[in-house]
Amino acid sequence: MHFIPAANFTYPNEIELNWSILVVLYPFITGLVAGAFILASLERVFNVEAVKPTYRLALLTALSFMIVAPLPLQLHLGHPERSFEMYLTPHTSSAMAMFGFVYLWYLMVVLVLEIWLDFRHDIVLLSRSTTGLKRVIYRLMTLGSQNISPGALRFDDRAGYTITIIGIPSAFLLHGYVGFIFGSVKANPWWSSPLMPVVFIFSAMVSGIAAVMLLYMGTTKLRGEKINQDCADTIAKYLFYAFIVDFSLEMLDLIHRIYEADESFRSLDFMVHNSLWIPHVIIQLLMGTLTPILLLAATQLMKLPPVTRQRMYALAGSLTLIGIFAMRWNVVIGGQLFSKSLLGYTTYTVPLWTREGLLPAIALTLMPFGILFVLVKLLPPWPGSGPSAKLGGLHAETSGGRL
Amino acid sequence: MNRFKDSEHLLRVTGVFLAGIVLFLCLRAWFVPKSFGQYGHYRADSITEIAALPIRHAGHEVCESCHADVLEVKHTGKHANVNCEACHGPLAKHAEDPSIKPVLPDTAVLCARCHEANSAKPKWFPQVVTAEHSQGLPCNTCHQPHKPGLKDTDAKPADSKTADSKTAEAKK
Ligand code: HEC
Ligand code: HEC
Ligand code: HEC
Ligand code: HEC
Repeated sequence: MHFIPAANFTYPNEIELNWSILVVLYPFITGLVAGAFILASLERVFNVEAVKPTYRLALLTALSFMIVAPLPLQLHLGHPERSFEMYLTPHTSSAMAMFGFVYLWYLMVVLVLEIWLDFRHDIVLLSRSTTGLKRVIYRLMTLGSQNISPGALRFDDRAGYTITIIGIPSAFLLHGYVGFIFGSVKANPWWSSPLMPVVFIFSAMVSGIAAVMLLYMGTTKLRGEKINQDCADTIAKYLFYAFIVDFSLEMLDLIHRIYEADESFRSLDFMVHNSLWIPHVIIQLLMGTLTPILLLAATQLMKLPPVTRQRMYALAGSLTLIGIFAMRWNVVIGGQLFSKSLLGYTTYTVPLWTREGLLPAIALTLMPFGILFVLVKLLPPWPGSGPSAKLGGLHAETSGGRL
Repeated sequence: MNRFKDSEHLLRVTGVFLAGIVLFLCLRAWFVPKSFGQYGHYRADSITEIAALPIRHAGHEVCESCHADVLEVKHTGKHANVNCEACHGPLAKHAEDPSIKPVLPDTAVLCARCHEANSAKPKWFPQVVTAEHSQGLPCNTCHQPHKPGLKDTDAKPADSKTADSKTAEAKK
């Protein structure tokens, strides 16, 4: 650990940062889950035709990231087997323990079930047309039911719709919790704010929408197909709106802090002007928030050729993800850089090879993409690529999964 | 049954989930210790288990009864309030049977544990950057562990005089 030599007074337990880059990664990943799911749900509930090509991709993205979400925490804490005890002997007064159940609910009842219902038609058809191991896998996934009569498919659709409706508050709970955990640490003035859960939810939506947009454009390009301009435009529009709300909330928080100027303000202000200047002001606010908002605003206001728009979306999306990651960083790391004495500061350098170092963090970030790769091979989410779509049956015109 | 013709597959999922819940409840009955929750959100048996652990620290008063000489010295110095076993480690076995001879602590490690400079420590607490301060010599070359003020000048090793004055100068 290093200290700023000019530091005045730091308590012994503050010299070393206990919440490392892995704890930064955790809210970033759950944010992507919640955001991707909320995007998919809005598409379904409001039946937005234009964004249908991303519906299934968004669900699979949410699932891939959801599976990885607890891993950074388990690597950070060590003893992953003990996390099971949270379920065995749940402690009702612990928000973290109760969240274990929210996680499980969201993973199994919302994501897995909704994906299963949505893909069931394809799964059944694939279990008939494939051979070997694949056939066994699809057979298992059908749970022994081959019923794809119009009635059954209509039932799937209605059940899926219901789960989506239940899923939206669950997604808010999922990421609201992360903000809640930080916002309720009353000893830490950088975190303690009732706005925290709301800011986290909206930033989650922003990052999830940006991620799905990038994944959609990227995978379409990779598959050598044409990006559906209408679809890209509509997602970008959602991203823009969500970003405006997110930005307003963060500014509200900031202005409130400046105006309130409580006893912690000088200390936090010093931190923002020194150790957090680059990650907070330059990367999060200028590069990761204002630039993408301006880029998206330009695409909304100006008549630009499609290719230019797509490039701007790609740039804005990438900057957004960097910005949201920086936001998580500034919350988690920033909240530990100043002393509760409000007189001293410490610094944090990410180690490279250690258990909580940069390389494990990168590996964990890449892991969801590996899972997504497998999922996409198993359950092709592309418009018109599932066997049900080729069959021209009920799902042909609704490969987005709705009626 | 006909009513469920088109939703029968959802009943299968429900069945799978229920099986999962039953499996979980079985595992729970198996894993959660019997005495869990008897007094609170912990395993009640752990109290008796911890109470049955052998005592490892004898406590200051016990050491004093045999080592009055050390105590006398210690009381006159700044380490008066530092417990014997804070430096010597747990010695209950030795206190019971003095023929078990304790290993004397290595001052280079021991003293740095408390006195290594660190900005998190209160300013009033005496601290040194050991690597610069001791110049590789064991701390007890110049300090008496039981009375950490400097040893008498004539007790110093010949070469440490200069080292001493150097540190003294460096500190000014
Ligand atoms: C029952 C009397 C008794 C008690 C109680 C006792 N000691 Fe001792 N201790 C002795 C005797 C006798 C020796 C000398 C052994 C020898 O020199 O062979 C000794 C030696 C030592 C030594 C020196 C070993 C060496 O290598 O010179 C240390 C250090 C020590 N004791 C520490 C402690 C501490 C700390 C405690 C309190 C936890 C303690 N003793 C309690 C009787 C006692
Ligand atoms: C600040 C740490 C410290 C404390 C507190 C301390 N000791 Fe020691 N003690 C040492 C060190 C270091 C040595 C070894 C000195 C050496 O190697 O020359 C030592 C040596 C001894 C010895 C061996 C003979 C000697 O005097 O060198 C005895 C006996 C002893 N200590 C007993 C005690 C008892 C009893 C207490 C509590 C009253 C006590 N010590 C408290 C650090 C400490
Ligand atoms: C368990 C913690 C601890 C250990 C180990 C320890 N000390 Fe200390 N030391 C203290 C405390 C407490 C003081 C008293 C500070 C005060 O009250 O000003 C102190 C004071 C001192 C002082 C200042 C004396 C003065 O007159 O100002 C010196 C020098 C010192 N220790 C040297 C040593 C040496 C050498 C060792 C290793 C043999 C050692 N200490 C081991 C806790 C420790
Ligand atoms: C070469 C002799 C020498 C050695 C070896 C030595 N010291 Fe010192 N130490 C001194 C002198 C001389 C002073 C007094 C300086 C002063 O009062 O300004 C001192 C003072 C101290 C002080 C008090 C500092 C203060 O700010 O009050 C501490 C603590 C201390 N030494 C710890 C240690 C430790 C720990 C070691 C072993 C790593 C050690 N010393 C080894 C000579 C030595």
